[in-house]
Amino acid sequence: MKKYDVIVVGGGPAGLAAAISSSENAKTLLIEREHRLGGILKQCIHDGFGIIKFGEKLSGPEYAEKYKDMVKEKNIDIITDSFITDIKKNDKTFSVTVVNSSGISQYETYSVVLATGCRERTAKQVFINGERPAGIYTAGTAQYFTNILGYLPGKDCVILGSGDIGLIMARRLTLEGANVKGVFEAKSEPSGLMRNIVQCLEDYDIPLELSTTVSRVFGKERVEAVETVRVDKNMNYIPGTEKVVKADTLILSVGLIPENEIAEKLGISTDIKTKGPFVDNSLMSVNVPGIFCCGNALHVNDLVDYVSESGETAGKNAALYKNTNRKLTKIIISDEFMYCVPQYINYETDEKNIIFYIRVKNNCNNVRIIIKNERDEIVYSRKYIIMRPPEMERLVINKELFKNTSFINISLENGDDNI
Amino acid sequence: MNMYCIECPNGCFMEITDYEGKITVTGNKCKKGYVYALQEITAPMRTVCSTVKTCFRNIPRLPVRTSGSIPKEKIFEVMNEINKITVSENVSIGDIIINNVLNTGVDIIATSNTYES
Ligand SMILES: Cc1cc2nc3c(=O)[nH]c(=O)nc-3n(C[C@H](O)[C@H](O)[C@H](O)COP(=O)(O)OP(=O)(O)OC[C@H]3O[C@@H](n4cnc5c(N)ncnc54)[C@H](O)[C@@H]3O)c2cc1C
Ligand code: SF4
Repeated sequence: MKKYDVIVVGGGPAGLAAAISSSENAKTLLIEREHRLGGILKQCIHDGFGIIKFGEKLSGPEYAEKYKDMVKEKNIDIITDSFITDIKKNDKTFSVTVVNSSGISQYETYSVVLATGCRERTAKQVFINGERPAGIYTAGTAQYFTNILGYLPGKDCVILGSGDIGLIMARRLTLEGANVKGVFEAKSEPSGLMRNIVQCLEDYDIPLELSTTVSRVFGKERVEAVETVRVDKNMNYIPGTEKVVKADTLILSVGLIPENEIAEKLGISTDIKTKGPFVDNSLMSVNVPGIFCCGNALHVNDLVDYVSESGETAGKNAALYKNTNRKLTKIIISDEFMYCVPQYINYETDEKNIIFYIRVKNNCNNVRIIIKNERDEIVYSRKYIIMRPPEMERLVINKELFKNTSFINISLENGDDNI
Repeated sequence: MNMYCIECPNGCFMEITDYEGKITVTGNKCKKGYVYALQEITAPMRTVCSTVKTCFRNIPRLPVRTSGSIPKEKIFEVMNEINKITVSENVSIGDIIINNVLNTGVDIIATSNTYES
């Protein structure tokens, strides 16, 4: 059995960054199930990637290529067209089972980085009445058809959900000659970035209808029309507001969920808020030491730059991993926040700073993020004019501030008070 | 007038005032917002990303983009030019697919390779 220090699962931007940083200090193997490295970026042909990392507006494939070039310069073993089916915990190592065209093989490793990305919520997970005719796609599938295979999923399209991938597909389908009849969002706020509302919808006069959902699909073989309906705050249909929109295609952009089948099999405890593993600041699982997680497998990111950053952190720490006891400080967040990653702090790591990725549940104006230690002392505070759920906030805070406390509290307060 | 800056994911909400020809922009977190706002009120510019057909069976489409911004009203004309192309020889990332498209001073460039390096 071949032995490695670190095995990275998944060759998207998170896995590529993890393999690069891990290879500095450890014998590293990268495993990808597809033929080409790059993950989902291969089909994200629009620009806007790498603004933070490279100061350029790159397309997804260009961003991926930069990392693929860096991977080639390092001493990293890579196997593609290979699927990791199982990881088992041994006394001091893990056994990784890999399936590919030459059969089943086993590898042994001291630590593992899970960089398996996320998957889309599908039609089964959204409640829509009516038949299930052809012509219903997730936004990612529509993106794959259009950008990789080169054919249009339909002529008259309705998009359910205002996530970024849906917005980007609205523009993409319009450019290719489809008629996008509207984007319907059940929430009262769009869930994608404002820049995408402007450059993907407003530029092309594509209507965005908030507090509205698709309640029914018409058509036997192929979608012929959909029924939209307005919803109240509690997502109940408002009777009498139904409208029929003629369309041959319904595209679902209703959210992404971290892909964590392997983590589940390993018994890794997951955060119901992120749907990814509970981790400390080294991005190591809190209950299965030696397993690290990054990118969209950890929590759904909107910026690839932060995906790469988390890959770098996970890879570096996986390479340095020694099975020693950790003392963890729990991070408690107040109700206004959707989630915070990491969920725990391990004070005994190399880093000087701790990076927090934090997201609010609703739009908040004029607020202050306050972090307190167990003695109720304020150790950090930062003011925001506006915080919006689609825009994840990243805080870089000196680790020394979290010394000698068994938990920290992160809360959101009115921004006006003088602190 | 109000607008959102689209230059980065921050999406700053800006207020633009024109006082006797003197334009002031507020709400932008950086200089790029100011530049964008001035451009947007005079002649809006956009980048275009798309794909071109190829003769390669394993890569039927090659992603491309404009090398810089083009006037917003020219987006569909540029798309038309992009859709006329079929790539039959290997190209690398950054290669020019259409030189100076529609005299905009901007090229259409490949954003991926037709081969696996
Ligand atoms: C359809 C879709 C479109 C998106 N579009 C955008 C966008 O336009 N802009 C943006 O900023 N972000 C976009 N995102 C978010 C995007 O996923 C992240 O920016 C980033 O690509 C995530 O990187 P990652 O490495 O975590 O995951 P991915 O890029 O998804 O990479 C995960 C990799 O792991 C591999 N893998 C998974 N399981 C296994 C296994 N068991 N064995 C071996 N290999 C495995 C997969 O094949 C894949 O290559 C999109 C996401 C999706 C799902
Ligand atoms: S003004 Fe600067 S920070 Fe704000 S969105 Fe534009 S580029 Fe980004």
